[in-house]
This record gives sequence, C-alpha cells and structure tokens, in this order.
Amino acid sequence: MTTVQEPKFTNFDDNDQKPVGFGRMLRKEDPRFLRGRGRYTDDVQLPGMLHLAILRAPFAHARIVSVDTSAAEASPGVKLVVTGAMLAEKGLAWMPTLSNDVQAVLATDKVRFQGQEVAFVVADDRYAARDALELIDVEYDVLEPVVDARRALEAGAPLIRDDLTDKADNHVFDWETGDEAATEAVFANADVVVVEDIVYPRVHPAPMETCGAVADFDSIDGKLRLWSTTQAPHAHRTLYAIVAGIPEHKIQVIAPDIGGGFGNKVPIYPGYVCAIVGSILTGKPVKWMEDRSENLISTGFARDYIMRGEIAATRDGKILAIRTNVLADHGAFNGTAAPVKYPAGFFGVFTGSYDIEAAYCKMTAVYTNKAPGGVAYACSFRITEAVYLVERIVDCLAHELDMDPAELRLKNFIQPEQFPYETKTGWVYDSGDYEPTMRLAMDMAGYADLRREQAEKRARGELMGIGIAFFTEAVGAGPRKDMDILGLGMADGCELRIHPTGKAVVRLSVQTQGQGHETTFAQIIAEEIGIPPADIEVVHGDTDQTPFGLGTYGSRSTPVSGAAAALVARKVRDKAQLIASAMLEVSVADLDWAKGSFVVKGDPGKSVTIQDIAMRAHGAGDLPDGVEGGLEAQICYNPSNLTYPHGAYICVVDIDPGTAQVKVRRFIAVDDCGARINPMIIEGQVHGGLTDGVGMALMEMIAFDEDGNCLGASLMDYLIPTALEVPDWETGFTVTPSPHHPIGAKGVGESATVGSPPAIVNAVVDALKPFGVRHADMPLTPSRVWDAMRGQATPPI
Amino acid sequence: MQVPAPFEYERATSVDQAIGLLERLGSSARLVAGGHSLLPMMKLRLANFEYLIDINPLHAELGYVKIQTDEVRIGALTRHRELLESDELAAAFPIFRDAERVIADPVVRNRGTLGGSLCQADPSEDLSAVCTTLDARCVIRGSAGERVVSMEEFHVGPYETAVGDDEILVEVRFPRRGGHGSAYEKVERRAGDWAVVSAGAAVWITEGRIVDARVGLAAVGPNTTGIPEISDTLRGNAPSEALYEQAGAIAARSCDPSTDQRGSADYKRHLADELTRRTLRKAVERARS
Ligand SMILES: Cc1cc2nc3c(=O)[nH]c(=O)nc-3n(C[C@H](O)[C@H](O)[C@H](O)COP(=O)(O)OP(=O)(O)OC[C@H]3O[C@@H](n4cnc5c(N)ncnc54)[C@H](O)[C@@H]3O)c2cc1C
Repeated sequence: MTTVQEPKFTNFDDNDQKPVGFGRMLRKEDPRFLRGRGRYTDDVQLPGMLHLAILRAPFAHARIVSVDTSAAEASPGVKLVVTGAMLAEKGLAWMPTLSNDVQAVLATDKVRFQGQEVAFVVADDRYAARDALELIDVEYDVLEPVVDARRALEAGAPLIRDDLTDKADNHVFDWETGDEAATEAVFANADVVVVEDIVYPRVHPAPMETCGAVADFDSIDGKLRLWSTTQAPHAHRTLYAIVAGIPEHKIQVIAPDIGGGFGNKVPIYPGYVCAIVGSILTGKPVKWMEDRSENLISTGFARDYIMRGEIAATRDGKILAIRTNVLADHGAFNGTAAPVKYPAGFFGVFTGSYDIEAAYCKMTAVYTNKAPGGVAYACSFRITEAVYLVERIVDCLAHELDMDPAELRLKNFIQPEQFPYETKTGWVYDSGDYEPTMRLAMDMAGYADLRREQAEKRARGELMGIGIAFFTEAVGAGPRKDMDILGLGMADGCELRIHPTGKAVVRLSVQTQGQGHETTFAQIIAEEIGIPPADIEVVHGDTDQTPFGLGTYGSRSTPVSGAAAALVARKVRDKAQLIASAMLEVSVADLDWAKGSFVVKGDPGKSVTIQDIAMRAHGAGDLPDGVEGGLEAQICYNPSNLTYPHGAYICVVDIDPGTAQVKVRRFIAVDDCGARINPMIIEGQVHGGLTDGVGMALMEMIAFDEDGNCLGASLMDYLIPTALEVPDWETGFTVTPSPHHPIGAKGVGESATVGSPPAIVNAVVDALKPFGVRHADMPLTPSRVWDAMRGQATPPI
Repeated sequence: MQVPAPFEYERATSVDQAIGLLERLGSSARLVAGGHSLLPMMKLRLANFEYLIDINPLHAELGYVKIQTDEVRIGALTRHRELLESDELAAAFPIFRDAERVIADPVVRNRGTLGGSLCQADPSEDLSAVCTTLDARCVIRGSAGERVVSMEEFHVGPYETAVGDDEILVEVRFPRRGGHGSAYEKVERRAGDWAVVSAGAAVWITEGRIVDARVGLAAVGPNTTGIPEISDTLRGNAPSEALYEQAGAIAARSCDPSTDQRGSADYKRHLADELTRRTLRKAVERARS
C-alpha cells in the first residue's frame, strides 16, 4: 500500500510535538552541538598525550632510495620517528584493506600515490611534530606514474603493485552481471539503440571533521583504547585484533561525536595504525588528526567510473535492454568498502526502476597512482554510479526518440503488482509503487507549466532546463548469507534495558555521524514500548558499551539496526506482557497493548503502564512462573533482504547564455523511504544529499595533472557548494513500506546524493538542447558548459 | 589543523615603528593585515617568515574612506566590509560595492583589507582590478618618506609589487571626475571562489560622449590587466552596443589567460569579451542616471 502525501511543501508547525513514537521532533543530540559541547576526537585530551604527524609522499610514483631521520630525531620535542622499514621489522608495514587487498601503513619500497604515508613523528605538540617532518630526508627515484585509468592495462604501462607476487599488470578484477547473450540478442533486434560514454569523476566525501585518532595503550593491563573517527567501530576493533595481534577483548574502539562521515570514515587508515604504534612505542597516549589537505589527498575518494551506457528500445519508447561497460579506477590499493562478494558494490542495480527484458554489465577495475578508497561518499555501495548511468542513458533515449523524459519513464516503470520484483541482474526489489511518486513530483513542480515556460523562453533564446531522475536504491546490507566484509557478517546487534523507574537505555552497534540516531532510535523504541523518547538513552559508538554490528554506511542503520531496535523492544514488550498478566491477574491473551500500557480486554479501567511493569520486574513482588527478574533483552538482526527506497526528483535550471553559468532555480524531491520515523530528520538527510548532488553535478572533482599531482588538495581547489548555490528545497513523500522490515522502514541517508546528480545534469543537458547537446559530463562548471554549447563537450578525465 | 612553522609576532604601535621593525628585520619579516592571504600560505608552509608584524592596531590610523571633491582616499587597512558598507563610496564609485559583494565571504571580508589585497598581488585578486579600472594611485611610505605610484608601476609581477621590504602601503587614492559610472562583474564557479574572470569598467561621460573610459580585468594574465587600447577606442565616442562589442573584442585579444581548473583559456577569453561588454553597458547606464 502506498500512501501519497498531499502536494504541499515542508512545514515546521508541528516541530514542538513530543511524539511517543514516530513523528516530527527536534533532535535529542542538538543541544550539545548547538552549545559547543559536542566531543569530537580532537577534543579528547589525555594526561601526557603526545602528537603525531605524518610525512607524505610528494610524488605519485617513486622508489624510496633512502630515508634519513637523524635530524628529525634531534629536533626539539621529538619523542619518536618511525619509518616503513621500522614497521616492516615488526610485521606492521602492510595491512589488509576492506577488499582483501593490502595497503602500506608506511611505504617501504615505493610510494604509489601523492600523499601516501612515508614516516611519522611523535612529539610533545602538533607544531614540534610537524616541524620535524621537514627534517626527514627522503631520497626518491621518481618513476613514471599511471594517471589515466584507460592506460593502466596498456602494454608497457608502469607496474604499480610490484609488491604483489602474482601481479604482472595493473589489473584488479573483472566482474560481470546479467546475461550477455540474451542482452546482445535484444540489442540486435531493437528499433532504437543509444550509446553514450558517461564519466562519473572522482569526488571526495570531504567531511567537515577530518580523520584522526587518539590511541592509548596501557602496557600494564595490555589494553588499547582508541578514540577514532570511525563509522564502524566494531568492525575496526576486530580488524585491529587481526592486524596488530592485540586480543580483541583488550581493544576498546570509541567513536565519539563524528563531524560527518559520508563513507570517508569507513576504512582503517594508516594514520590510525600509526597512532596505535606510536602509543605502544612511547607508552603515552598519542593523538593524530589529519589536516584538510591530508584528508583530501589521501583518504577514501568515491566514484571514478568511466562508463559506456547502451540502451535498446522500441520506436514508441518501450525500454528493452540496458548494457554497460565500466572501467573502474581503484587507485593504488583496492580499498573499496563493499561486501566481499560484491567487488563493484551494488552497481548491479543499474537497470533502475524499469521493467526490461535483458541487462548486462562488464566491468574492469585497475590500479592507478592515485589515492585508494572508492569507498562511498554516500553512494550506497556504488548505487550512485548505477543510478547516474541509467538515468542519464534514459534521458539520452528520450532525446533520440524526441519523447518527454517523464512520459518515457512512466511508460517503463516496474508496476506495483510486479513486486517483489527480480531484476535481470538478480536483485529482488522488495516493494515499490513508482507512478504516484513520479506524479506527485510532477504536480509539485507544475511540470506542464514548466515545459510551457521553457518553450517560450527557448523562443526568446533563453536557456532553461528541466531534469528528471527517478531512482531505486538497494540499501541495508545485508543478509549474512550473501554479505560480509572481510568475513564479518552484516547483521546488527541491539540491547534494550528498562530501568526500575521505567526509563530505558538502548545500545546500538551502529554509530551516528550526524544522522540523528540518538533521536531516531529513541523514537523507534518509543513507538514499540511507549516510553517517551526523552526517557530513552541511546548508547552507541563504544565497543565496550554496545553489541557487535557492522556500522553506519550504505544507508544501513535504519534498515538493519532500526529493525533490531524494533524487534528487541518487542521482545521486552512480550516479557512485560507476561508480568502484566500476573499484575492484572488475567491471562496474556486477555491483554491489549495500548502504546505504553497493557489493558484488560473489555475493561479499559484495568491496566498497568510499562513503568509499573518495570518496577514490578525489578521489585520484590511475585513474578509469573519461569519469568526472571529484570526487563531487558538483546537481539542480533539478520535482514532477509535489502530494502529498496525510491524517489522522483525534478530540477529546474537556468543558464546564462553569455557566461554559461548554471543556476539551480528549483529542486523538487519526492522520496519514498517506507515508514517515516522522524520526518524532520528525513528532510535533513534529503537536504544534505541534494546539496551534495549540486556539488558533484556542478563543481566537485578530484583532478590530477599528468604527473599524478592531486589538484584538489584544499577546499579552494576542491569546491563544495554553499547555501548560495542551492535553491529552497521542495520535498515531498510517498510511503511504500518494506514488507520484510519490522516497521516498514527502508533507509534514506543516501537517496538524495544518489538521485540528485542525474536530475541536475539532465536539467543542464535539457537546457542545452537548442545546441544539439545530448550529453555532457560532470562537473558542469561554466567553462565545461560553454564547451558543450559549442559542441565541444569533453570528458573530465 | 594545518600548522605554520615557528615565527615571532609583534603588534605595531605606529606606522613609523612598523617601518623601523621592517628595516631592522629585513626580508625575514612580513606585515600581517587581515591575514586572509598570508596565513593560509603560512599554514600550508608555502611561505615561512620568521617575524610577523601585526598592523591591525593601526586600524584607527589607516582604516578610512575619505570622500573629497576631486579625490577619494582610502586607508590601506580599510576592511572589505567597510568598503562594502560605505554608501558614500558606492555613490562615488559604484564599482566598489559590485566588487565587494562577490569577494570571498563575510568571514574573510570582516578582516581582509584593501592594502593586503593589493600587496598580495594575486593575478585573480578583485580589488586590484577595481583600482586599475579607477586609475588609482598607491601611497607607499618608508623611512625616507612617501612616494606615490600608479597601478601599472605598483604591480611588478604576480605576487610582486613596488612596495619594498621596509615599506608600507598606507593609502590608495582615486581621482574623481564628473559624469562617472562604473561596474564590476565576476564569473566564479561558486560563491566565495576566486574569479574565473572578472572585469571592471569605468566611464566618464559629458554631453553624451565618453570623455574617458577604463577597463580592468582579473585572472586573465600575470597581473590585473588594464587595457589602454580600450580607452583609446571608447574616448570621444557616444556609447553604443557596437562600441561595447569593439571593446569586448579588444579585451579578448589583449588578455593572456591560461587553462586551469577554473576554465579553459578560450573560455576565459570569451568571458573577458562578455564581461567587458556587460560592465561597460552597466557603467554607462549608471553614468547616465
Ligand atoms: C576563502 C577566501 C576567499 C577569498 N576570495 C577572494 C576573492 O574572491 N577575491 C579576492 O580578491 N580576494 C579573495 N580572497 C583574498 C582576501 O580578499 C584577502 O583578504 C586579501 O587578498 C588580502 O588581504 P589581507 O588584509 O587579509 O592581507 P594579508 O593576508 O594580511 O597580507 C597579504 C600580503 O600583503 C602584505 N601586506 C598587507 N598589508 C600591507 C600593507 N599595508 N603594506 C604592505 N604590505 C602589506 C602582507 O605582508 C602579505 O604579504 C579570499 C581569501 C580567502 C581566505
């Protein structure tokens, strides 16, 4: 069942509501952030703490001839200087990546990207550590770099990974999905085939807070405490145990407040390991915080897919098949964070929201002399790339058929009765009802009027574009039979304890980086057990305090941990019902649940509240036979499928024909993320993601020069959008619950980042239609738009 | 956090004392005004100085906008924000408010100064283009006294000016003439970004004819570019679209942009043309109203 919202814009009138359960309420965590009382990794101060700074490679590809640290060691305040060679002696020079590759902690043989870690200094303060870096003398033998992924597999291309004994070239993996022959057959007989080369350039998550850690190793009890900027504290703890050989129960990973993740804080970075080594060797707590440039040049990037999209259709606009060939640039080490069986993440959903006959994808991934990662940036494991590809190529088809892009999409949607729907690449979409979502977006936009306005403007030589994107995401990884990261299944634990006075504490395995977990999860528990959110403490981020689980990324918190929270609350409620039956002296079957209390059927005057029950559970009175004292439960939730949110986005742009500057005039985003827990938080997630989308579509790109120098090393060079580049967002929603999720929620953290870039690019390309433009690659900076207007659009790489 | 190399810091108590310090410390010392150009470079360790002499305490002495009948005088420590907010300045030279609206962001504008902008001599710097457009004169003071130089003399090259190691830029002077109109336009990839290209135009019109006109461009060459050929072409003529077009063509041909992340050289040339026409059109409209 899909519920459709009345076409109206966001309203905040109900903001001061205090829902016991779902509904709009202000975020519980905000008072501490607004008053400057957040506690981030860099706020952690420990007695005797030292500071660590990392020396990074100035070249993209160079052999290390020698490293002389003597002057640095003699520098005032310096306690320790460590090189790759020293780590190698301890067997710590290399560490596993999240994709079963290895990555250098400190380079021993070669540096393989500009900004790679070469040595570190630990000193009394940040300044002394940084000053000493300048005194380390590294002699390099500069090698030819591989900068262009297209050239990585050419004969004679420099070999990047000569550390791997079985590698003779720069090939990482080949991957395919779908049915090649069946797809070819459909293409061969189709009326219309459109082919377009589409690049999704390398971008960076650029969280406000850079990455960092404070390591505190206690040599007496052998315990390591690590505060770090991590989106996955439990997974990190297990990996540290495996890499560093410290027993897992002696490691406590604490993710304090995190200033934005976006996937950037999923991997384990060399800096974290360096901080641990530094603390072990000095016997003191050691802090490492990277600076802005270090974050931009060395940590997990995103995208970098060079795609050829092909679409086959009938003359009247029935889409028959989609095919794509992808060249994926994975940088110097394959550090992609994705479930092991999914080297290309969930790119397999590139068939989008359309009911088609066949699909096929062939992908090749290569090493280049660029930073590793490819992890995320709010991408739902590469769904960003997949959705961009399909939504762009469908628009190319509309262009070719001279058909309205909205009409083309409406004609090809998977129909509501087809769900659960198995795509031609094997994904089972849980639920969806696409047309009402699309129609709502079109109503909100005033689509027909916009097209009329556009026609008038075109006649006057003005450039106005309307872009549509319709996406289906696959989020909430994932079923443990299919999905693990380095052998760790992607199920999430959750614990709920009700105190005697009826207040509660819920312990989550996932960790918030701004998504508002402390509010959303309190509301989930409140909805299930009737305790007000204000009375529920949400504990997260500390591995000693919380049950195991894989962390927050890929929009998985609500689909996986949210389900765990609902189910653990139901487990507690079941026990509460037993106690209530004893208290009210009726059978369990004679009790009705009325959010917050059990009421005797047919006798509304007889009831006990959850608070009464909690006191009885901990009190001295009798409990029913076989029922233990206390009111608490724990659970580990293994999702049976992913959840598949969808959305319809419409963007309106105006382009100055003289300067080619793009102005995003309006943006309408209708999201269907299933059940809506806190609409305000959902809107916040959407607003942020849309802003991200404007950045990627119009200005962001991590570029390199031919020597492999990173050209995006500061926020002056790597542009991220400000409030002035974005319009007043117009958000709406439909609700199609997930059938397998206990509360029907689907996840929304990345929807807008996934869905907005194609809407914006489609709008720009639509505006340029008078110039015959069918495609132009991001980032659509004024200069690149001007090129497109002159028929000279070029790929950005 | 990016951390600079060690340096010593002293607050200036007067212009002469600051000059004395500069003389004594030589090229190892630098003045810091708003710090919005100098400090980022020091934090990135692109520039290391042993001594910083903070001239912010001299704001009372060097921060002013004086509107006189024949001249406007602006103190070197006048902040972007003060230039933006001065209604008198906007009335005398509308180009200033146009430009200040698109320079950086409020945080930078609260501290950054006219003197710092000019002395930084970044080829993309906006106020240099404004000063070039308005034919400004820079007053430079050293222990031997003051000298006054034109913008052409002031800019020696990218990041290089006529101000010596032991000198201070104290004031910038702008001649006033009747029938004035001026305007500034900038194309940027994002608010607060440095210019892809920007252009300023100023005209002086009497009895329907252009008595004088100047165009200044930023980000299209080694230094902010004033183009005498445009002035020669416009002078003596009645303003017209055809004339703006001619001026635009000269701007495109005379500038020397390079291709970078902000745009291709071709595009920048196109912008030099487009923005020259736009600003001249607006300057003339303003002169007439
Ligand atoms: C994020 C950001 C965005 C920006 N965007 C723009 C933009 O769009 N357009 C633009 O034009 N600018 C921009 N700027 C630069 C900004 O305008 C700077 O403030 C300005 O360029 C320098 O002024 P300042 O007072 O901060 O100089 P400082 O940084 O203090 O000094 C710069 C140089 O000038 C010297 N100096 C300063 N005052 C004097 C003096 N009186 N005599 C002699 N030497 C002196 C200093 O020694 C130093 O070498 C931006 C800066 C930032 C940080």
